Amino acid sequence: MSDIILKTEGLTKHYGGVHALNDANFELRAGEHVAIMGDNGAGKSTFVRQITGVERPTRGKLFFLGKEVHFSGPLDAREAGIETVFQTLALADDLDVPSNLFLGREKTLLNLGPFSILDRRGMRKATEEGLKRTAVKIPNINNPIRNMSGGQRQCVAIARTATFHSKLTIMDEPTAALGVQETEQVENIVRTLKAAGEPLILISHNMRQVFDLVDRIIVFRRGRIVANLNASETDGQDVVAYITGAKTGAEYAGAA
Amino acid sequence: MVGESAAGAALPGTKKKRHWPPELNALIGLIGIAIIFEILGWVVRDQSFFGNIVRLKIMILQVSIIGIIAIGVTQVIITGGIDLSSGSVVGATAMIAMSFAQVGTYDKAIFLEQGWVDLPVIVPIIVGLACGLLAGFINGALIAYTKIPPFIATLGMMVSARGVAKWWTKGQPVSFPTDQFAALGEGMMPVFIFLGILLLFHLIMTYTVYGKHTYAIGSNQDAARMSGINVERHLVLVYSIAGLLAGVAAMVLAARGLTAQSGMGVMYELDAIAMTVIGGVSLAGGRGSLIGTAIGMLIFGVIISGFTFIRLDAFYQEMIKGGIIVGAVVADVYRQKRRAAES
Repeated sequence: MSDIILKTEGLTKHYGGVHALNDANFELRAGEHVAIMGDNGAGKSTFVRQITGVERPTRGKLFFLGKEVHFSGPLDAREAGIETVFQTLALADDLDVPSNLFLGREKTLLNLGPFSILDRRGMRKATEEGLKRTAVKIPNINNPIRNMSGGQRQCVAIARTATFHSKLTIMDEPTAALGVQETEQVENIVRTLKAAGEPLILISHNMRQVFDLVDRIIVFRRGRIVANLNASETDGQDVVAYITGAKTGAEYAGAA
Repeated sequence: MVGESAAGAALPGTKKKRHWPPELNALIGLIGIAIIFEILGWVVRDQSFFGNIVRLKIMILQVSIIGIIAIGVTQVIITGGIDLSSGSVVGATAMIAMSFAQVGTYDKAIFLEQGWVDLPVIVPIIVGLACGLLAGFINGALIAYTKIPPFIATLGMMVSARGVAKWWTKGQPVSFPTDQFAALGEGMMPVFIFLGILLLFHLIMTYTVYGKHTYAIGSNQDAARMSGINVERHLVLVYSIAGLLAGVAAMVLAARGLTAQSGMGVMYELDAIAMTVIGGVSLAGGRGSLIGTAIGMLIFGVIISGFTFIRLDAFYQEMIKGGIIVGAVVADVYRQKRRAAES
C-alpha cells in the first residue's frame, strides 16, 4: 500500500538480557494520528528511540515512505522527515526562537564552512511562518527561550516540525509537564496538524487527551504491542484493561 | 485553579521581562570603579587618575595582550569549558617563534648554524601561530574525544607547555629579534592587534554558524547533539582558536619585550579568565559576549593601574586581585541561582 508512512516488522530491542521491545509490527497511514499507550517500562519510549534513530534495533525492519531505512543517528531520521519532540526538550535555553528552530541546519547567506554567514532574516521569516502554521503565539521570538513558559517552550519544540515540513511528527508526552492552559495550546497544535493531514505518533498517559486527539490507539505491555484499537470503537476502561494486562487483543493472544 | 487560569487568560504568554544584558552590569561596574579611583586619586595623590593620557595608554597596553588571550578564552567558556593552558602556551610559543625571528648579527642566535636568521617576519609568525594552534588542537581533541573534563586536559597542557618553553633553550632567554618582528609590539601596535581580533571574532560570534553553535553547545550540549551539531568537531575548533590566539599574544608580548623567556605568561590564563568572568560571561556556558570581555578587560586594567596609582603595595594588589576574581564568580553563581528560581 502506498499510503503507508511508517511500518515496522518484527522490531526488537534487547538491552543485554532485558527485552525492552519484542517483535513490534506497526503501521501508520497518511494523515493518521496514532497514540501509543502503556505503563511505564512497557516499551513505548524504546519503540520511539528505534524509529527516530536514537538507538539501533537488535532485530527487525523499519520502512519509511515505502523504503526500508537504517538510521545511524537522530539527524538521519530528521533528514528523512521524522521530527521528534522529545520528553526532555532538545532546546538551547540561551538562544532565541529562530536559532532553536534552525539549530544544526541554519540557513546561510554565504557558505564558509563552519564560519558560514547566517541568514538571520530568512530564519526569522521562516520561523514566523512555522509559528503561524501551528497557530503558536510567542510574544517576542528574539528573546532567549529561557524566559519563556513551559508551554511556550513546548510549542517552540513542536513548531520545528511545521517549519521543516516534516513527513511524520512524533511527540513523546508533550504535555506531561504543562499546566491546563498550556496543555490546551499544545492540543490545539495537534489538531492543526490533523487538519493539515500531517501524520503523528503521540505518546501519552492522558486518556482524555488520547481519545480527544487520535484515530487509533496502540497499547504496549511488557515490550509487546498487545492491542491496536480504533479510538471510535473503544473506551477508556477497555484501554486500561489492555494496559494492565487484564485483557489481551484476540490477534495478540499469548503475546502477554 | 480558576483564578490561575483567569490570570493566564488575561495575560496570554506575556512573561515579558526586560532583558538585562550582563554586559550592562559590567559597564556600570567599570564606570563605578573608574569613579572610585578618580576620587581616590584626588584624595591620595591630589591629582586626576584619568587626566593622564600616558597612564591610560600604559593601562590599555598592559591589558590588551592578555585581552587577546581572553578573546579565545571567552569562546571556550561560552561552550561551558575552561582553558588553563593559555599562559604556558604563551611561554612556549614566545620561545619557539622568537628563535625564528633573531638577527644574524647576534652570535648566540638559536639557529645561527643552520643559517635561519634574518628570516622574513612571516616565518616566525607562521611558526608561532602553528605552535598555538597545535596546543589548542591537542586540548580540544582530548576534551572532545576522550571526554576528560576541560579542567584536567588544559591543566595537563599548562604543565607540559611550560616544560616545552624551558626545554627549547634549556632555560636560556631568546633575544634580539628582527626589526620587522619587533614592530609587532611597538608603540600601540598590541592595542590595534587586539582591536582587530576583537572585531573579527565579535562578527564571527554574532553572524556565523560558528558563533551560534558555540552558544548552543554551552547552553545545552545534548540539545546541540540531538540537533545534529557535530559537537566534538566544534569543540576542537573552539580550543584550537583559543590556542591560536594565545600564540598571537605570545608573539606580541615577545616582540614588545624584545626577548622571550621560559617564564613568560605565568598566570596569564587566570587573568584572561578573570577578564572574561568580570565581563559577564557565565562559567556555566551559553551566556556572555566578547563585548562583555572587552569591558571586563578594561575593569581589570583600571583596577591594576589604579592600585599602582594610589601606591598600593604589590602584595596587597595580588590579594585583592584574587578576591575580585572570586567575587566575579560568586556574582555569576548568584545570577544563575536567581535565574533558576525564576524559571
